[in-house]
Amino acid sequence: MTRRRGPSTPAAARPAAAQERPDAATARPRAGAAGEAWRWLHRNLFSTWYNALLTVVGLAAVCGAASRVGRWALTAADWRVVTNNLTLLLVGPYPRDQLWRVGLAVLVTAALAGLTAAAAGGGRSGVLMRRAPALAWLLAPLAVLWLVHGDGAVLDVVRTDRWGGLLLTLMLAAVGIVVSFPFGVALALGRQSTLPVVRAVSTACIEVVRGVPLVTVLFSTQIMLTLFLPEGLRPDRVLRAMAGLVVFSAAYVAENVRGGLQSVPQGQIEAAAALGLNGAQTTFLIVLPQALRAVVPSLVGQFISLFKDTSLVTIVGLQELLGIANSVLANPDYLGRYAEMYAFAGLVYWLFCYGMSRAGRRVEQRLGLGRR
Amino acid sequence: MTDTPAGPGPRHPATPHRPEGPRHPATPHRPEDGNRPEDPRHPPARPRQRIPVWRDVRVLRAAGQVAFAAALVAAGALLYANLSRNLRQLGVPVGFDFLALEAGFAMGEPPIPYRPSDTYARAFAAGVINTLRVSGLGILLATVLGVAAGVGRLSSNWLVRQITGAYVEMVRNTPLLLQLFVWAFAVFGRLPPPGQAIHLGAGIYFSNRGVFLPWPAPAAGFAAWAAGGLAGLAGAVIAYRRLLRVRLETGRRTYPGLAAAAVLAAGLAAGWTLAPAPPFTVSVPTLAGFNFRGGASLTVQFSALTAGLAFYTGAFIAEVVRGGIQSVPRGQTEAAAALGLRPSLIMRLVILPQALRVIVPPLTNQYLNVIKNSSLAVAVGFEDAFFVARTVFNQTGRTFETVAIVMATYLAFSLLTSLLMNLYNRSVQLVER
Repeated sequence: MTRRRGPSTPAAARPAAAQERPDAATARPRAGAAGEAWRWLHRNLFSTWYNALLTVVGLAAVCGAASRVGRWALTAADWRVVTNNLTLLLVGPYPRDQLWRVGLAVLVTAALAGLTAAAAGGGRSGVLMRRAPALAWLLAPLAVLWLVHGDGAVLDVVRTDRWGGLLLTLMLAAVGIVVSFPFGVALALGRQSTLPVVRAVSTACIEVVRGVPLVTVLFSTQIMLTLFLPEGLRPDRVLRAMAGLVVFSAAYVAENVRGGLQSVPQGQIEAAAALGLNGAQTTFLIVLPQALRAVVPSLVGQFISLFKDTSLVTIVGLQELLGIANSVLANPDYLGRYAEMYAFAGLVYWLFCYGMSRAGRRVEQRLGLGRR
Repeated sequence: MTDTPAGPGPRHPATPHRPEGPRHPATPHRPEDGNRPEDPRHPPARPRQRIPVWRDVRVLRAAGQVAFAAALVAAGALLYANLSRNLRQLGVPVGFDFLALEAGFAMGEPPIPYRPSDTYARAFAAGVINTLRVSGLGILLATVLGVAAGVGRLSSNWLVRQITGAYVEMVRNTPLLLQLFVWAFAVFGRLPPPGQAIHLGAGIYFSNRGVFLPWPAPAAGFAAWAAGGLAGLAGAVIAYRRLLRVRLETGRRTYPGLAAAAVLAAGLAAGWTLAPAPPFTVSVPTLAGFNFRGGASLTVQFSALTAGLAFYTGAFIAEVVRGGIQSVPRGQTEAAAALGLRPSLIMRLVILPQALRVIVPPLTNQYLNVIKNSSLAVAVGFEDAFFVARTVFNQTGRTFETVAIVMATYLAFSLLTSLLMNLYNRSVQLVER
């Protein structure tokens, strides 16, 4: 659904003050207009007897819950379980003398976000400004990986078993989506292929992975991956969890991309063929750019759900945000402080997920999805 | 879209990228090469032009598939070689014969009689039934909650919209696992002990030993009463349909809902009075020592998992329902109102039938998610299929067998649910010309 912007509404039809909130259904009463406020109350809260009843009951419930939660948070709750362990929750057992590298990685990410936003909003941008975000998006993940992991020469190597907390959550989600994306696109193309063997194999892979829970995928990569690899290769638990997340996410990305492929009109392909493009050129220059643009909203949703799903690596024994939270709660000093700890973890997850869904909506608007 | 083929060649309207080039509409086709795909750069006007083998699309397609299959087989062989060497080094035998061995571990909440001396197969069966129990109840509660919240988000009441919106945004943006921990440790785990259990009335108790409810146990007169009830139900359905049709065709007020309820009540009452003995003995939980006795009990693990699944999936179903109702054009509501239908009839006869077409496919996905997410039972200690599989793996070290069993179980559930929902979907889809 396209959201109406303020300037696009007919200005003559509404007073200037109303332009702040063009959505008539949620319009709030305006100051100095008692009659209008009364009308708003009547229309939105007390229009019929059962609406009035719902309002009273709902108001009582909200007030009751808010006062209980507020009283608990300010008096009964002991937030030291969070404040004393904040570093642990953020980075886990990451070496404390190397924390500046994580800070630098956060700065790189923030700069990337800022650059993207600037390029997105910028009016008079030159070639450099238009190309810069694409280049940055290619380089920044590598820079972050280098900073966090190190190379042994310039920066000391911090092995993945020292990653933890929110850092591990973010790394798992980022690696999961970035690595699974090409596999997902390949699987989607394979499923749409006219070659029966390719199509059958791709379809089978996608449907089997989508039919089983993520926990079982993570469990099987934990216990089976090393069995399939040659002797020298023994990935540690974090890498095995990443493999599981990539396999799982690729199947879901493939289904999203398939929706995009199906949305490209047949005429585009015929036009490309009429221009003399071959199959590969048609796929990569004509079909995929349009298909991927159409699936941006569902890919954002997929990324958000992968971010939430990284919490499941707790079950196979990794110490990401939720795992660290549970191990802190096992400490006798903080016995029974579940509510405080889970409230903090929930807030962190919520901020990231909600932020990503808002950012995704901005990207959708910028791409003009649903309008063209 | 005009769909007139330009030439006699085969057309694949559904395939997105055809490797063949398009036919030039003006090029005359000779009958003998009518079925052969041609390269446009070699116009067929030239006499007896043979396509070289390395440009023949049929050859290329076959070669591509053979190469793909060969690559798959090679990769598989490599993995298999690694696997057999690794397994030989580990010295673990492969096979399903271990299922007949004694399991040796106890289960806190087996749905079927199970003792540690029973076999692994029976332990798996208990786990699978537990998965079904929790998924079934979860789907039921999530649907009720989701429909209520979805309708609430479209309510004309501003406060109701805000409350349901806050619920959906809060639940959808945090991980299910975190919510399960909250339900298990911060809600159900923090309830008072049975001695000070929270009494909701009507014999329903919440305590840190679980939830206790009164439960009707079927007694001697149950069969007669159930027969009466079934007859009443059948009569109610028939009466409702008849009267509703009369109402729609003639416009007379027939009160189909009231009549159906009366028929059902009459059937139940007849069964009750005609039965030789009371149909139920209601067992009410009573405090005995340190725990409750009698009634039905739901353990803390089961309650937490069910509540978590229902609240989490309910938020997603709310969005599905909201989208479905919003997909029905406003003109439909206005037209129905102009015809004089009451709001409840507009909802039931005009909006819901059209919204269901949009709702059912994503709803199926949500039901599948409940089944798959029930595997998180392992986090709260409820013994479902995955929990049992992990325990069996820890005891026996049988990698493949446990993974194969647990994956086959969930795949079977997923396929079965999709099948049922597809059948239902077909019944609500619009029948087009």
